[in-house]
Amino acid sequence: MVKTNNLQPVLDIRNVSKDFSGVYALKNINMHIFPGKVTAIIGENGAGKSTLMKIVSGVHTDFEGEVTLNNEKINFKNPKQAAENGVVIIHQELNLIPHLSVTENVFLGQEITNKFGLLDYRKMYKKTAEILSKLKLEINPSTPVNQLRVGQQQLVEIARALFMDSKVLIMDEPTSAISDHEVELLFSIIKELRTKGVAIVYISHKINELFEIADSFEVLRDGKNAGSGEMKKTSHDDLIQMMVGRDITGSFKKEQITDGKEIIRVENLCFINPENKTDFLVKDVSFNLKKGEILGICGLMGSGRTEVLEAIFGLFPKYVSGDIYIKGKKQKIKNVNDAISAGIALVPEDRKLQGLILNMDVAKNTSLANLSEVSNYGFISSSKEKELGLEFRKKLNTKVPSENIEVQKLSGGNQQKVVIAKWLATNPKILLLDEPTRGIDVGAKTEIYNLINKLAAQGMGIIMVSSELPEILALSDNIIVLSESKLTGRFTNKEATEEKLMKAALVEKE
Amino acid sequence: MTETKQIKYYLIKFQSVIALMLMCIVLSFMTDRFLTGENAWNVMRQISVNVVISVGMTLVILTGGIDLSVGSILAISGAVTAGMLKFGAEMPGLNIFLGFTLVGALVGGTLVGTFLGWFNGLTITKFKVPPFVATLAMLTIARGLTMLWTGGFPITGLGDNFAFIGTGWFLGIPMPVWISAVVVLAAVVLTKKTVLGRYIYAIGGNEKAAELSGLKIKKVKMIVYAIAGALSAIGGIIVTSRLDSAQPNAGFGFELDSIAAVVIGGTSLSGGKGTIMGTVQGALIIGILNNGLVLLNVSPFWQQVIKGLVILLAVVIEKLNSKEE
Ligand SMILES: Nc1ncnc2c1ncn2[C@@H]1O[C@H](COP(=O)(O)OP(=O)(O)OP(=O)(O)O)[C@@H](O)[C@H]1O
Ligand SMILES: [Mg+2]
Repeated sequence: MVKTNNLQPVLDIRNVSKDFSGVYALKNINMHIFPGKVTAIIGENGAGKSTLMKIVSGVHTDFEGEVTLNNEKINFKNPKQAAENGVVIIHQELNLIPHLSVTENVFLGQEITNKFGLLDYRKMYKKTAEILSKLKLEINPSTPVNQLRVGQQQLVEIARALFMDSKVLIMDEPTSAISDHEVELLFSIIKELRTKGVAIVYISHKINELFEIADSFEVLRDGKNAGSGEMKKTSHDDLIQMMVGRDITGSFKKEQITDGKEIIRVENLCFINPENKTDFLVKDVSFNLKKGEILGICGLMGSGRTEVLEAIFGLFPKYVSGDIYIKGKKQKIKNVNDAISAGIALVPEDRKLQGLILNMDVAKNTSLANLSEVSNYGFISSSKEKELGLEFRKKLNTKVPSENIEVQKLSGGNQQKVVIAKWLATNPKILLLDEPTRGIDVGAKTEIYNLINKLAAQGMGIIMVSSELPEILALSDNIIVLSESKLTGRFTNKEATEEKLMKAALVEKE
Repeated sequence: MTETKQIKYYLIKFQSVIALMLMCIVLSFMTDRFLTGENAWNVMRQISVNVVISVGMTLVILTGGIDLSVGSILAISGAVTAGMLKFGAEMPGLNIFLGFTLVGALVGGTLVGTFLGWFNGLTITKFKVPPFVATLAMLTIARGLTMLWTGGFPITGLGDNFAFIGTGWFLGIPMPVWISAVVVLAAVVLTKKTVLGRYIYAIGGNEKAAELSGLKIKKVKMIVYAIAGALSAIGGIIVTSRLDSAQPNAGFGFELDSIAAVVIGGTSLSGGKGTIMGTVQGALIIGILNNGLVLLNVSPFWQQVIKGLVILLAVVIEKLNSKEE
């Protein structure tokens, strides 16, 4: 182990402020990042964590204050230059090029060439395969990344960063879409880097994991420093107190469902892998859901959990078989519109690609799936639309710097809230949620849980996929577990424990 | 600090209006034929066809598509209108002859344009042909149809009533300007106030998310290409009427001026971003530039070079600004 007592900070942030068209996102931030240490940065959605890291890594070049790297003032013109100087960032919003393969993405901008100056595909392929297996990611390095799930993409981003020779490695919510199992692998890699003296900046809303991986923490609140210290000397509640500036009152309590009528039944759902017709992404999965019930689905990445939701929602009718009964009546869902008219809504896992119209504002995104609600004879009433937007902004506590700001300029967590708002606004009978709280801060999570719970109490049927077992355990009436495309466990809320769920999720291949 | 930012903000926001004013000022100093009432109406009349077509082009580009066939659709629609007006239509095998009134011919021509536009939409949505290729094919097809319909010769002598559309005045304003104004107004309402308009932006902004939100992507796209076809037809009617003649090669290359107007107007070629009024400004810039270069006796060869440079400049400025924030 490296001694960390009297070290110089490798990265020193002094009095940094940043405004976007007059609105300050950061104000006089000071922070020291030490080599061979993991520094956690925490704060509510919109606190300024990502913005600060974008400044450090050369994404935002126009800011006030000073940042030094090994005592030299940095003046990066772009992220590439930052990376060349050893400051590497894994962004919160995924930044891979969709049509390029995993290998090509991993080596983008750092391609290996042979002695003729041509790309050395074999070598890059081999190296990618090595690192993927280290991350236990079972995918072919030549798969185009647009065929990967969000969690897998996140791991590819991580792999990409690991190939760069970094002095400071910034991870902006690296674990938001991956499950505990993969998190463990990531942590072992982080620990390895730490012993090599790399300074790691780790942003996460999963407070618990910070106690496992971080050495020290820095808190941001409303763009200002709001505390720092050693992880060893603090507690979960203290951190939250610093983040929110108050105690979070009223934690979440699940209401028990009254025995409702069956609202949807799925029988022998199969989803054939479009890439390989002999392989199944979902195989013979059956379950039912009652009015007011919350059904949790868990499983490791690639176990088929997202695909179950997508199959029900009519996204891949050509590859899906099995029967779906809505209120006892067999229903053919051949496309998304069929699903929506059957009263089904899906909050997709990838907010950027599947959820948001990035250059529209919050109100317009909120009303998109339900424009008939705010329009007459095909004409939109912008006052009604604004009202709808505002209603859900309040409900979900979405923070926006200004009314008409494009959603792409919101912080990640606030973007996620907009996606949820859009689907809640349709007032569905059956709500499918895929990682609904990805990137959402602790306080807002509780609010969203309460909201989901309230909706269920009003008779909505909810199916929720999540990588966070505590979330599944807290919310679900019943839980099913998938492993390798098959259903490997079925529990009631009372029976289920994290251990049991994990065990079912890890059932080996036959 | 913030004050300079504010100024910069307004400079960016009104850049095309500023560019337009600068152009007008410079031109009126360089030639005294520019700032005359006659020339002003002349320019407006010339621009109106491009405006009408470019409104359709804007809608198409907003969905993330492109329409290269506008010029050819303009030609066939104009020719069909002229043909119907002059000869009626004969159904040889059936021994039926249909005579056409002015209204009948206008409706007929517009329907032809609408149908061809709709056909573009069909190949693009149902058969997943990329818009560039589908409308490139239509560019050739519609041009060929025009040749077939006209036999390669102009159809002329279409009567005073018809000529009024392209050359007449109403309340002191040329008819083509009225027509383009109505089209622009309708399109502004469509894009800003209606559900269809919102869907157009949403599809261009993020087609996948739009699909997952239950939008009927194919239907919207078909409507948009059909509108583009209909507007090309209206352009064709104006052109035909103004010349009192349907030329087989009418509208040749119009797609380029139209795309230029849209791009100069700040609409993003990748879709989802842009406005109708931006396009109108773009069309004005191109029109005034064309007019000014002619008045200044710039050689046609140089005219092309300069026009190209202006398009580049407009887009470069746009890009630099969007990078600012
Ligand atoms: N390009 C931009 N233009 C305008 N405002 C922006 C822009 N980028 C970020 N902001 C604003 O800056 C503030 C801080 O955002 P930031 O993304 O840093 O938050 P965060 O702490 O990372 O939150 P989260 O936990 O949700 O990811 C937010 O209010 C956000 O809307
Ligand atoms: Mg963030």
